[in-house]
Amino acid sequence: MSAAHDSQHLTAANARAVLDESDISRALTRIAHEILERNKGGRDVVLLGIPSRGVELARRIAERIRAVEPELGGVGSLDVTMYRDDLRFRPTRALAHTDIPEGGIDGKVVVLVDDVLYSGRTIRAALTALDDIGRPRAVQLAVLVDRGHRELPIRADFVGKNLPTATEERVTVQLADTDGREAVLIARQPADPATEAAGGAR
Amino acid sequence: MKHLLSAADLNRDEALLILDTAEKLRELADRPIKKLPTLRGRTVVNLFFEDSTRTRISFEAAAKRLSADVINFSAKGSSVEKGESLKDTALTLEAMGADAVVVRHGASGAPHRLATSGWIRSSVVNAGDGTHEHPTQALLDAFTMRRHLGSLEGRRVAIVGDVLHSRVARSNVLLLATLGAEVTLVAPPTLLPVGVEEWSCGTSYDLDAVLPKTDVVMMLRVQRERMTEAYFPSAREYSRRYGLDSVRMAALPEHALVMHPGPMNRGMEISADVADSNRSVIVEQVTNGVAVRMAVLYLLLAGAAGSSPGVASAEDAVPEQRRWERA
Repeated sequence: MSAAHDSQHLTAANARAVLDESDISRALTRIAHEILERNKGGRDVVLLGIPSRGVELARRIAERIRAVEPELGGVGSLDVTMYRDDLRFRPTRALAHTDIPEGGIDGKVVVLVDDVLYSGRTIRAALTALDDIGRPRAVQLAVLVDRGHRELPIRADFVGKNLPTATEERVTVQLADTDGREAVLIARQPADPATEAAGGAR
Repeated sequence: MKHLLSAADLNRDEALLILDTAEKLRELADRPIKKLPTLRGRTVVNLFFEDSTRTRISFEAAAKRLSADVINFSAKGSSVEKGESLKDTALTLEAMGADAVVVRHGASGAPHRLATSGWIRSSVVNAGDGTHEHPTQALLDAFTMRRHLGSLEGRRVAIVGDVLHSRVARSNVLLLATLGAEVTLVAPPTLLPVGVEEWSCGTSYDLDAVLPKTDVVMMLRVQRERMTEAYFPSAREYSRRYGLDSVRMAALPEHALVMHPGPMNRGMEISADVADSNRSVIVEQVTNGVAVRMAVLYLLLAGAAGSSPGVASAEDAVPEQRRWERA
């Protein structure tokens, strides 16, 4: 693990912060209100975070929704690993928890929550995963950062920040409980592939 | 990890990765649709030269829940009865494009031969070979213990009965030692293998002395079909000294589990009321077996060929995952 930590520092060194702690907090608060406004309240809304950082973001959005209106359909997590289209091309990955709130998702409005929207393939996998769990009335997507470069016809309903990027740049979301600090970083991709393993970058 | 031939092949991290993966896959059993698309288009062959109920069904269910195509092959009713060799059977499977071969064979070492001979390119999973090993059974036993007891570090496990003929016992001793549990084998001297003192476990001839200090008691079936000579005077005497009945069960600590890999001989090594008691997790073992075998098939087959799953811990895998997404 020490090697991974070293490379994390390397990344942080040449990275530029685009959002700091209060920016992230404000973006999530706005997303929470937009979700309530769009769905006329939170009663039928189920927030499902995509591991790893989407889960924490979903939890924070749920917290903010409950602070305004007590009713919320539920909050949970949805691991999409088994539904990915690139499993065959990568080393096997560890699975994360799927936690569907009591009451399921049938007839509910599911809001998928992820940190960075990029190719759209993770979201496609999430949509397939939802098929096996139930039939929501609608599915919406909330992301902290939309960095463009979509490879599929997928768009976000709620966006914290639209961040124009070049493909060789990397966007890293850091959250206190996993990374020890709150920030969205953008960096030139390091030439050394060994350092690429760092952080929640993509 | 290309094959799973022996519980000894797994280091602690790999074993824990399999158990953690199984934990996630266990949730699937509670869902309305118990199926994942992960191994779509892959072929898993169940190659069974020996009879089996739960292991074959368990592997079949595991492969099907991952959307793999399953071909069941049992020696009875196949060309093996016409004298076909293991090699020719293997070449046939290779020609059919099997991605994984789950093999049970009466000869110890047959899965190893299949994996290392160069006859086939597919992954080989040992589903029980002779009196040698049965690694997925040990994994599902460890999984079941962990669900009830938490970490196995320092837990005391008694494995009781026909250790000599038991591949389950050998795999369990190896895996449980890796996971930090203390294993005691309890059997009459005739049913302990030669060289057992070299194993990473203790031994005892006295079940009643061991039971009060035990977190898990695992009863083994007396494998009469493998016995070529008399190992104990009578079934009745064996049952008296090494069978688990309700009186003996009462000597166990409050939290202790009763396990049995099946098939059981009720009235011989375990009495019916013990097998059906609330201490017994024997039926749960079967349910857990599917999740554990799904985890093994997933980790062996889902990734790119030549990759090495199991080396990265769950925490390491997250940054990895993000790296791939950029590609």
